[in-house]
Amino acid sequence: MSGWITKLKENIPEKQILTDTADRFSYSFDASFGEYLPEAVVQVKNKEETVHVLKTANQYMVPVTPRGQSTSLSGGPLPVKGGIVLDMSQWPETIDVFADDLIAIVSPSVLTADINKTVEPHGLMYPPDPSSAHVCTIGGNLAENSGGPRGLKYGVTKDYVIGLEVVTPEGEIMKTGGRTIKNVTGFDLTKLIIGSEGTLGVITEATVKLVPKPPAVQTLMAVFDDVELAGEATSKTLTSGILPSKMEFVDQECIKAVENYNPIGLPVEAAAILIIELDGHPEAIQMETEQVQKIMEELEASATQIPETEEEAAKIWQARKLVSPAIATIKPTKVSEDATVPRSKIGPMMGRLQAIKEKYNVDIVVFGHAGDGNLHPDVMCDKRDTEEMERVENAVAEIFEAAIDLGGTLSGEHGIGTMKSAFMEQELGPVGVDMMKRIKAAWDPSNILNPGKIFPEKGQTKLVLRDE
Amino acid sequence: MSEVKSLKESLEYGKTFDCVQCGYCLPACPTYETMEKETHSPRGRINMIKMVAEGKASLEDLEEPIEKCLGCMACTTVCPTDVQYGDLLEAAKETLENNRTKSKRQQKTEDFLFGSFFPSSSWMTRLGNATWLYQVSGLQKAANTLRMTSMAPLHLGEFEKVIPAQPSPKERKQRNRRVKPDGTSTAKVAFFTGCVMDSVFFRTNQNTVELLRLSGAEVILPEKQTCCGALHAHSGKVEMAREQAMENIKAFEEEDVDYIVNNAGGCGARLIEYDHMFEEGTDWHKRALAFKEKVKDISEVLVELDNLEFSKEVSKEITYQPSCHMSNVQRVKEPPRLLMENIPGLTLKEMNNPDFCCGSAGIYNIVNYEDSMDILDVKMADVKRAEPEAIVTTNPGCLLQMKLGVEREGKGGDMQAVHLVDLLMEAEPRPRS
Repeated sequence: MSGWITKLKENIPEKQILTDTADRFSYSFDASFGEYLPEAVVQVKNKEETVHVLKTANQYMVPVTPRGQSTSLSGGPLPVKGGIVLDMSQWPETIDVFADDLIAIVSPSVLTADINKTVEPHGLMYPPDPSSAHVCTIGGNLAENSGGPRGLKYGVTKDYVIGLEVVTPEGEIMKTGGRTIKNVTGFDLTKLIIGSEGTLGVITEATVKLVPKPPAVQTLMAVFDDVELAGEATSKTLTSGILPSKMEFVDQECIKAVENYNPIGLPVEAAAILIIELDGHPEAIQMETEQVQKIMEELEASATQIPETEEEAAKIWQARKLVSPAIATIKPTKVSEDATVPRSKIGPMMGRLQAIKEKYNVDIVVFGHAGDGNLHPDVMCDKRDTEEMERVENAVAEIFEAAIDLGGTLSGEHGIGTMKSAFMEQELGPVGVDMMKRIKAAWDPSNILNPGKIFPEKGQTKLVLRDE
Repeated sequence: MSEVKSLKESLEYGKTFDCVQCGYCLPACPTYETMEKETHSPRGRINMIKMVAEGKASLEDLEEPIEKCLGCMACTTVCPTDVQYGDLLEAAKETLENNRTKSKRQQKTEDFLFGSFFPSSSWMTRLGNATWLYQVSGLQKAANTLRMTSMAPLHLGEFEKVIPAQPSPKERKQRNRRVKPDGTSTAKVAFFTGCVMDSVFFRTNQNTVELLRLSGAEVILPEKQTCCGALHAHSGKVEMAREQAMENIKAFEEEDVDYIVNNAGGCGARLIEYDHMFEEGTDWHKRALAFKEKVKDISEVLVELDNLEFSKEVSKEITYQPSCHMSNVQRVKEPPRLLMENIPGLTLKEMNNPDFCCGSAGIYNIVNYEDSMDILDVKMADVKRAEPEAIVTTNPGCLLQMKLGVEREGKGGDMQAVHLVDLLMEAEPRPRS
């Protein structure tokens, strides 16, 4: 076995270093595409062990790919260059709440949903709510700058992180930011690290900002016979002086899939539905709900529904939750995209998606966070069908193009990883990409941390979803 | 090439594609929690099956991940894409079993255990009788003192301590195979006795029959019934399991009953999946469907017949440990709780995470003793926080395991583990009409 494994064992218990074939295969994938076999998996449980891994990796020039629970949809935790998978999920979980400062200090392995559970009794809330919050780690969220439905009103992960403890790619411990809301001391390295997809450092502790938990929420559902009108209704609501906490869009294909999968009485004739949640003081949201309902009706919503009980509201949200499993029954492989456009461009983006779907003869279903322009066009396909997959690759490329054309971005919340790296220059231009590469080179001169991500490899010009 | 092709078939490769690797199963999986690696998670196992089917990894690599799966099926209740994990697990076990080379002695032991022991009611009775003799003769005490049982292979000694007092052979022999209610009968049911239940928990079985009788049912115990086949199927001996299914279907077709009742969550889960063992459209598949339609857990039937009132107060604080196979495969969750609510004086103190497996899992606690005890420790920590006087379960394996847990925690004096049926009997049920 390689010298670096022996070296790792000097300061890390052997039980935490996995080299069996089955173990290596078990850390070779995420929720996106492809599998890449690492040479070893190291389960670090404190910062000293993390430092040792990175120092050893630099000494022996071994790539290191940090990993949370591997729920990533963009390939972030894939060890594309082999080497070490740095499993952070077994790190002891700690959540220290400082209610007076409205912050919590968390360890990287904490499940995102557990932060909320812990701060709730203090009347506080940690807003980012990726749909995998009960599975994914905060460390992964920080690395990928995850979002979620509440992003509309509250923003995404990076808006809630004010301080970090990081092990640098070369194995030094560094602190960024602090525990104050205002902090302009030096470069904002905190924000640079959030969303750097594990290429600039391994996050070993984070200080997150909390907000008062809204005392009440109210759900509203509106049904539309026209997709563009649903888009307009979204814009109109957001310019009416009301900021809902969530505005979710579900298209007809998804509605049908949900009804096939688990009939709950959704309007299968509808072109789209909007599911809206308002939060705040009970009296305020009651007035806002009426106002939103009026807007929906003015824009010819064929029906609106305001649930009276929590159970009824839960049923409506259940429909949104069922979208993912339901569409999986259309075809086995799902290419989840999160190309995002300015809010006013939701209607046009819907039109472009329809055209792409017809042009390449692929199954595209659309749902997602209409309120912040972050749609999820999911291409449903079968990865065993190479001819179809080629069409899917082209369709995905054109989805990215459409989003950039409309002033949007490749990724709203999933990250670039391996899935979108080929398109970076299209959005950022050569200077933008070059500047990022120079930052990466300065931080990680030996290119140890998560190589093969974000930036396209030489000659990589397109997305490839087929096995070569 | 042909080997790769046949592995794809035998491992149900096609079904692995239903898994989108989202990881939602991770928080539900007991072994992922205790073994702390993806290799022992549902997503990891499915991926390994896929890798082996594709020829990227070997069957040998698959062995440990599959053997260490409890088969509790908790993952199937949270899976957003409805992966048929049970089918994949069974296919993997069968494939491993068919490709394994075993020592002669191991083969002989297994042939006996699975071929003669579990399916045979006479062997099971003999086990029960032997246990009885062992207990009443004072040998048990002597053996315990001399620590003889701890030297037995497979840690059987640990289990031996928690086996309940056995009825005498005479009591077993005198059992009635057809029991009628005092008044007019409102239902006709057949009782599936199970092997472990009928040998080790014979009195619980008798109580089950009595509860049904008091509820107004005529109860029949078909003589030709055999083991449900769960232990065989879970060990990859699918062909044997299929034969047992056929035998049982035949045995229960002889009487025209409304329900086929069982009191073991694990057996029930097997019985209601008999149709999976036969090809659709075949005569056996049809017969299996007709059979499974009638299969119900005792708690479901008692709730449905709804004719019991409890005359004695049972002032106890209990916690309920649901059987995984009952919750996750049979999807029976409410009836046991409804019944317990009707017992006067009883307080149910829910433990944290009751749906987390206890680690018994068929014979998992015998073949993977250490791993099983790690899971039991997690369970007992939750039990202790609830501070109950008794733990109620609905499956013999769980019952033995919980008894073992109580012993291991040194709580033998102040905490019991009981089968729901025995708890109901303690409350002295009477027919309401």
